[in-house]
Amino acid sequence: MERKEWPLWEVFVRSRNGLDHKHCGSVHAPDAKLALQVARDVYTRRQEGVSLWVVQADHIVASDPDAKPELFDPAEDKIYRHPTFYQLPDEVNHM
Amino acid sequence: MYTQALDIPQQNTEAKGPRTIENPAYQAEFDAKIDAGGYIEAKDWMPESYRKTLVRQISQHAHSEIVGMLPEGNWITRAPTLKRKAILLAKVQDEGGHGLYLYAAAETLGVSRDELLDALHSGRAKYSSIFNYPTLTWADIGVVGWLVDGAAIMNQIPLCKCSYGPYARAMVRICKEESFHQRQGYDLLLTMMKGTEEQRDMVQDAVNRWWWPSIMMFGPHDKDSTHSAQSSRWGIKRISNDDLRQKFVDATVEQAKVLGVTMPDPELKWNEARGHYDFGAIDWDEFWNVVDGHGQGNVDRLAARVKAWDDGAWVREAALEYARKHDARDSRAA
Repeated sequence: MERKEWPLWEVFVRSRNGLDHKHCGSVHAPDAKLALQVARDVYTRRQEGVSLWVVQADHIVASDPDAKPELFDPAEDKIYRHPTFYQLPDEVNHM
Repeated sequence: MYTQALDIPQQNTEAKGPRTIENPAYQAEFDAKIDAGGYIEAKDWMPESYRKTLVRQISQHAHSEIVGMLPEGNWITRAPTLKRKAILLAKVQDEGGHGLYLYAAAETLGVSRDELLDALHSGRAKYSSIFNYPTLTWADIGVVGWLVDGAAIMNQIPLCKCSYGPYARAMVRICKEESFHQRQGYDLLLTMMKGTEEQRDMVQDAVNRWWWPSIMMFGPHDKDSTHSAQSSRWGIKRISNDDLRQKFVDATVEQAKVLGVTMPDPELKWNEARGHYDFGAIDWDEFWNVVDGHGQGNVDRLAARVKAWDDGAWVREAALEYARKHDARDSRAA
């Protein structure tokens, strides 16, 4: 196909101060300025946010879904990383 | 809305996702995830037929949203008050937004936006047959909100829990906004019903024209629906066409009473034994005729879409060229 498509941007919205920016979708736009403008129109028509981030999609590096076991399973048997691993006497168990 | 795609034989939009070998181990993992009610995400392995079905359904859904802007857009300049004009503008803008959420969800399956639009503009891809009916009077705008968006909501709520994560998340956003669409339509009709005899007649006339097309939106009867079983297995379709249609009829008949209009179906009556309304036979010849491109509006709708796309080409190119020029200037300065 010969068409010239606008690049893809991923959009992150902070719904209110104190919260993280959260991924909410993507838009096509020719540059960063317009990506912000389009993201505002597409994702915040009802005051869903107080701040927007846009990142060109091909700048995001993602983990390989096939590498899930190597990456994440090693944490599975390290239950001592969780506070509930430790049985403390009742008197101090709210610690 | 607009999940008719599943029931309509048509050419597939080819998905060029990551090369997937049909691997029994992957297949087993995929099946287990579906059975557990889990979500499949964009980069996860999925059977090619699952990917193709989703591309077809999500893109048809997206096309329906943006073609759906046309019949209502017709009335923006003719809205009777500034308030109604502002409401209609917001609604039509939402439809555009819904189309964009859905195109983005389809793109995660490895098709490009341009390929999807090309399939629509060349007539290879379908959109919901409902938008091939004309909006003749202002009352049509109310009835489209009440019945067409009402049917859409019935169809869409189960999709919020569909097995493909990006589609499910887009549907959650859409459903939140769709309620405004239905309520503004009903509110518009209530206002007209409090008006003159002529205005009440306009509302009844619009209901007469839109009732049958609205209940056709749920697609063919379950026994004639070719893809339903596979889609249920995959968790893409959670409730059958006939069950959704019945739910819609039961809800809207009560709303019609409050409004003071009747449905154009002499066989419509409460069935105590079933606990549902019975209704007359649907004219499926009309449905397939419109799906096959012979509805009142098919030619105009597609022509309007193609014209908007072609007329906007110079803007898209200029914006891209401007961005390139600035990139080049920035890199020289660095």
